[in-house]
Amino acid sequence: MISLAMILFASLIFTGVVVRTKSLASGRKGPGILQPLKDVLRLLRKGTVFSETTSFIFQIASSIYFVSVLMAILVVPFGQSKGLISFDGDFVFFAYVLALGKFFSIISAMDTGSSFEGMGASREALYSMLAEPAFFVLMGSFAMLTGHTSFHGIFTALHFSSHVSYALGVLATFVLIMVAMIENSRMPIDDPKTHLELTMIHEVMILDNSGFGLGLFTYAVNLKFAMYGAIIANFFIGDVPWYYAVLVFTAVQVLFAVIVGLLESFTARFRMAHNATFIFTLTSASLLIFFGVLLLMGKFI
Amino acid sequence: MTFLLIYLAILAAALLSVPFLKVMAKGLVTVAAVISCALLSSYLAGNVLVGSEFEIIMPGTLVTGEVPIRIDALSAWFILVINFTMITGALYGLQYMKVYREQSANLSLHCIAYLLAQSMLIIICSVQNSLVFLFAWEIMAVSAFLLVIFEHQKPETLKAGINYLIQSHVSIVLLTVGFIWVAYRMDSYDFKAIGEFSAAFGGVNSFVLFGCFFVGFSLKAGFVPFHTWLPYAHPAAPSHVSGIMSGVLIKIGIYGILRMILLVKTDFTVLGYFILFVAVVSGVYGVMLAILQHNLKKLLAYHSIENIGIIGIGIGLGTIGIGMNNSLLTTLGFAGALLHTLNHSLFKSLLFFSAGNVYQATHSMNIESFGGLIKKMPHTAGLFLVASLAICGLPPFNGFVSEFLIYAGLYNGLGNSAPTLVLAIVASLFGLALIGGLALLCFTKAFGVVFLGTPRPCHPPQAELPAEANAATLVPMYAIVALMLAIGLFPGIFLEALSAPLAAFQAKMPGAENVAALPENVRQIATSIGWCAAGFLALAGLVIFIQQKLAKEKPLAIAPTWGCGYVGDASRMQYTAGSFVRSYRKLAEPLFSIHKKKRPVEGIFPTDGWQETHPYDKAEAWLIDLPLRKLKHFIGKFQFLQNGNPQFYVLYGVVFIVLVILIPVVMGSIGLLLKFLNQL
Repeated sequence: MISLAMILFASLIFTGVVVRTKSLASGRKGPGILQPLKDVLRLLRKGTVFSETTSFIFQIASSIYFVSVLMAILVVPFGQSKGLISFDGDFVFFAYVLALGKFFSIISAMDTGSSFEGMGASREALYSMLAEPAFFVLMGSFAMLTGHTSFHGIFTALHFSSHVSYALGVLATFVLIMVAMIENSRMPIDDPKTHLELTMIHEVMILDNSGFGLGLFTYAVNLKFAMYGAIIANFFIGDVPWYYAVLVFTAVQVLFAVIVGLLESFTARFRMAHNATFIFTLTSASLLIFFGVLLLMGKFI
Repeated sequence: MTFLLIYLAILAAALLSVPFLKVMAKGLVTVAAVISCALLSSYLAGNVLVGSEFEIIMPGTLVTGEVPIRIDALSAWFILVINFTMITGALYGLQYMKVYREQSANLSLHCIAYLLAQSMLIIICSVQNSLVFLFAWEIMAVSAFLLVIFEHQKPETLKAGINYLIQSHVSIVLLTVGFIWVAYRMDSYDFKAIGEFSAAFGGVNSFVLFGCFFVGFSLKAGFVPFHTWLPYAHPAAPSHVSGIMSGVLIKIGIYGILRMILLVKTDFTVLGYFILFVAVVSGVYGVMLAILQHNLKKLLAYHSIENIGIIGIGIGLGTIGIGMNNSLLTTLGFAGALLHTLNHSLFKSLLFFSAGNVYQATHSMNIESFGGLIKKMPHTAGLFLVASLAICGLPPFNGFVSEFLIYAGLYNGLGNSAPTLVLAIVASLFGLALIGGLALLCFTKAFGVVFLGTPRPCHPPQAELPAEANAATLVPMYAIVALMLAIGLFPGIFLEALSAPLAAFQAKMPGAENVAALPENVRQIATSIGWCAAGFLALAGLVIFIQQKLAKEKPLAIAPTWGCGYVGDASRMQYTAGSFVRSYRKLAEPLFSIHKKKRPVEGIFPTDGWQETHPYDKAEAWLIDLPLRKLKHFIGKFQFLQNGNPQFYVLYGVVFIVLVILIPVVMGSIGLLLKFLNQL
């Protein structure tokens, strides 16, 4: 329960912090921290325009996407306390329920019959396919290290003891940040602020969404960021009382948001053709973690 | 015994009456017979799953020896899986075949072949005498061949059918070799002899024996590289036949492999690694090729290979579990494999039936020529969507449950101390995750391009607008969806039904007598998955309800899709299936041989340009086409013998007869001569 509350709280300010960092980095004052949230609320109150090409798929897709992110959040624990849903292998459910949302966002883009949105859909499907193994191998490595197969079990049993384990933590954080960037279609994979449809992924898929549906899609991005932030925070919380945990959690979320802001300020988007190679590199990073774990456990000769 | 007699009586009555009935009655009698045969055998099978094994020893003949009919838990599970899809297939086929009602004789053959295929599948599952097994296997193969070549006036259908017939006979040869080897050593055709054989002769013998059976059964199941008949046979067959072929016929290969695992005694760890390797390769290779297909049914056929791979990963894991004496690994592996067998038979038949609806409405299977069908065929589109979600392994449907069990097995195996196992498991995890992602890519493409967007210009243009299939066609399809949802929401019940077959696999491990076949934590996981699925559905329903409620109060506008300023007809500018997977194709190109033909748009006054891609299977090119070419070349050298001159043929006959008479005489004289020389 506490994890849900914390993630929801983080999701309210996350994008605001990102936007603030970006504007500060580019020498502007920038909007308030809560501005993205106000944008979402405004969208939720608006009426909707549907394309005449679309079918019921388009109408339900935004809701299903949103709910899939929400279900995934319910699985994420917070320090010592479990998520609302917790069972052995819950991170498989986590990944698959997110994939369900993605399935619907892709077909809703195809539903509009637009050439732009098809382009985004095609890219989203390809990139999320390439990112999938990285997450599973990453979780596999930690499952092996801790002997547990649920988020909660892994995070409570995870203790950083040696130099190698710190290196693993850093690598895992890197992989998770990058997975989050891919999932949310951010730099360096995709530039949400670009003005050319041909170079977008996520933004081009929701070109025809408006009103409530667009609000859900937009807020789901915030939720997803906060969710990955929570998973990263869990790596570092360890066995501490809840008030410290809340502090660590907030610090990690803010730091994550600042990193995202800085990444978006100072990196350029990859060429689309290079994205696939880059994403596959993540899998090798997670394989590196796996071999690191083997090394730690002395299974490696 | 009475059951057996009633069953045979129904079957015989149906088989004998079908040719003499009117067209409509043929179909009805067949469906009635299929259903009653299915009910009878399912009743027996259901009893077995609850606890009482069924065994009758028939006296048999002089050749076969005693014929034991044993239905154990494994057979029972497969009989139930087979019967459900056979019933829905028959009901769907009844409607599907209406278009062909002119071809009365052809339909008689089709009905008879369908009835025979069902009964032979059930007999294969229950008979444990290798000779009778082979007879049933042969009849099944031939009747499936007859089912496939229903439209035999089309040359490509006949070619696909013959391709299948030849490959299934290669499989029969391998099975025969295996069975005869055992019979020669143990002097018995009972399946029990296989177990005794592998207990009596060392590990290598059993391993080779298992390899022989494995390849034989793999040819039926479609493991890579024995899969090449599937992508031809499935598109050629009528849709309900594709559905039952992909749903249950190839599963009989899985049954065979599982049966052999239960029978042989060998080094199960090595065996498990072997199966795991073949399975991961099959899974990834199947789906990678599926994405590139432009023919809807061919795409689905390649997905069967992928799903057989997933089932194989489960079997491999379970087998490793037996070898390492790890009871949880055994349970999760085999539970995943057996449940996925059921699941795949459900969603794959549903996909093929939906593809059949699309075919009957549009007379095309080319994905690129569809578009916007969801408006004309909302039910078919919805059913296809549900099946696509299930085949991608997404919650809340059944595919997720079985894939989850396999994942759970994989993660559980990581706790093991053997480094080889850990490496194998990470490779499988990688493969399984990749399969999931690729399946998502493939089915967003298939569903998106076929059903969504606006109709694409097709060649040749359609005479009439496509329309939804009639209600009677949709009923069996919705029945499948109901079962799929039931598995997704209440996986516990189905796992409970699996505990008897699982116990049989557990019994392979030494000291496993007091281990529960279905440990408490697996039960809990199943319940959790069910709750999560239900929770997801409830939450999604709630949000959609809120959305609809809010939408009523707000202004709602209908406008054209945003075209970036372009206001003309944009249907030709839509993303096509080819462009949807273009980036993927570029990545995967080195692995496959993709033949491309194109005429680019160039010059100052360009005429029309076009591009064609034909993905081709490299495994097929190397393993089927190349040897075939060599064989043709070799046999071609003897072509001079067949010169079309009758006098020569008479001469061959004379030469043959002379040789037949002379050889024994000559051999006899040589023998005499040798004897004489010896005496000297």
